[in-house]
Amino acid sequence: MARTSDLDVAYVARLARINLTEAEEKVFQKQLDDVLNYVEKLRQADVSHVEAAAHTLPIFNVFREDAPGDCFKAEQALSNAPRQANGLFVVPKVVE
Amino acid sequence: MTGKDLPALNIADLQSLLRRCEVSPLEVIDALRGRIDAIDPEIGAYLSLDMDAAAHEAKKSNVDLPLGGVPLAIKDIINVMGQPCTCGSKILQGYRAIYDATVIQKLRAAGAIPFGKTNLDEFAMGSSTENSAMKLTRNPWDLSRVPGGSSGGSAAAVAMDAAFGALGSDTGGSIRQPAALCGVVGLKPTYGRVSRFGLVAFASSLDQVGPLTKTVRDAAMIMNAIAGHDLQDSTSLNEAVPDYTARLGDDLRGVRLGLPKEYLIEGIDLQVKTAIDDAVRQMSSLGAEIIEVSLPATEYAIAVYYIVATAEASANLARFDGVRYGYRAQNPKDMLELYGRSRAEGFGPEVKRRIILGTYVLSSGYYDAYYLRAQKVRELIRRDFVRAFEKVDALVSPTSPVPAFKLGERVADPLQMYLADIFTIAANLAGICGISVPCGFAEVEGHRLPIGLQVLGKALDEARILQIAHAYEQSTDWHKARPPIAAAVA
Repeated sequence: MARTSDLDVAYVARLARINLTEAEEKVFQKQLDDVLNYVEKLRQADVSHVEAAAHTLPIFNVFREDAPGDCFKAEQALSNAPRQANGLFVVPKVVE
Repeated sequence: MTGKDLPALNIADLQSLLRRCEVSPLEVIDALRGRIDAIDPEIGAYLSLDMDAAAHEAKKSNVDLPLGGVPLAIKDIINVMGQPCTCGSKILQGYRAIYDATVIQKLRAAGAIPFGKTNLDEFAMGSSTENSAMKLTRNPWDLSRVPGGSSGGSAAAVAMDAAFGALGSDTGGSIRQPAALCGVVGLKPTYGRVSRFGLVAFASSLDQVGPLTKTVRDAAMIMNAIAGHDLQDSTSLNEAVPDYTARLGDDLRGVRLGLPKEYLIEGIDLQVKTAIDDAVRQMSSLGAEIIEVSLPATEYAIAVYYIVATAEASANLARFDGVRYGYRAQNPKDMLELYGRSRAEGFGPEVKRRIILGTYVLSSGYYDAYYLRAQKVRELIRRDFVRAFEKVDALVSPTSPVPAFKLGERVADPLQMYLADIFTIAANLAGICGISVPCGFAEVEGHRLPIGLQVLGKALDEARILQIAHAYEQSTDWHKARPPIAAAVA
């Protein structure tokens, strides 16, 4: 597939666990190539003396007392589960 | 005052009536219900309503509380216990919130009644609300146009008097831009000013919850209720919360307003430019000193945003995997297929695009070129604002370079859609606060389309930008205008 950036949409979509159709791969490749070509302009910025911003405001590690508080009951946590049984989330078998 | 006229009130006026017992909270809920039934089928602002629960709350409400008996609409990305929280996505269809977000707890403590959830771009990703998987929302001023986004449902609901006020969320302009396009007030607080606990995360270093209202005073009243430190959000700031209404009424004499020269770009609509020029002249005549300033890194803001925001989104949206909640694909043969198909079938195109882009810019070999570089340029953008605020008290600009555009006009070209946020995005990257206030109309094809004036303030200076926006607002009649469809129903 012709593309104008290093991005391989089909490959990255697999990393992100999204099964794309071929039609989607084609459209997204073109659209994201456009976006990546646009962000190329960042190369013009002089950042040689700049530390990367971790936070815009002075926020540091925040600690609290290591004391138990309220938490959800199992039935609340399971109330939106697509499949559940015996207080557990049910998924396809993961070990052979 | 008859029940039919009630929904047109702003929050401050509604509160006066409630406290004088000229109307009961239950009558307010009934009037609002009638209004929504009459007008929302045309507009599509709401995704879900819980008027019976609201009526129940209204019966026991205490009107002496700061927002006692005031019904508020909530963007459907904020958890309200027992109500749906779809985020405008098929992947959360049927989901019901099992807790109240901190902002909802605080609104309830102040006496407000959350009664309905408003439409949005899927996971707040978009500038037109067209990325919602649920329904289309139309601009009340011209039904062939978008309401802006991503808080388009909240903005449209307030504009057509189908809500007294609403909460939205703003990651790159998602409160201010729809507020501008619908002719209402929208405030994005300083990053960390309002708790994000219970706001479904899109880009965690940028997201903030804020109000959309009919007047600046109403926005200040909602801020009084929702601002403040929260142990549930480690990025919330442990700083005192002032009374945001205290400085409303102060005039503009001696206030220094900066005009960023980079914001007068090519491509800005001529009618928008004229309205902003008039607004600046008006503020000058009210005593403000106008000073030209420069924000040279502005040209990089959109590029930085679409790297930082997508990177954070790709991590945040990993939780939607079809296992613990939300949509799951039918009959997957193994876990990989369960993940891959649930996400393929549950997410819409814009969300998929952003997850893929975000995954890519964080991936081995590309991290330095994209993400790290973007974070450094972000620091340049932040420094621009720090320097500007040494010279001025606030910055003024258009909120959006154009008035509301046509439904469908930009859907096929994501980059064009992204450029709609050019004036709002830098404030999120720098973590500062901003407000959009109505400043006029563009006449387009026989319709009046609202224009918004943006006032940006330094971190934690919400009281100042509210004061400035209020002084301007009160010297004009723009905030009193209502769309023709609202007048027709009243």
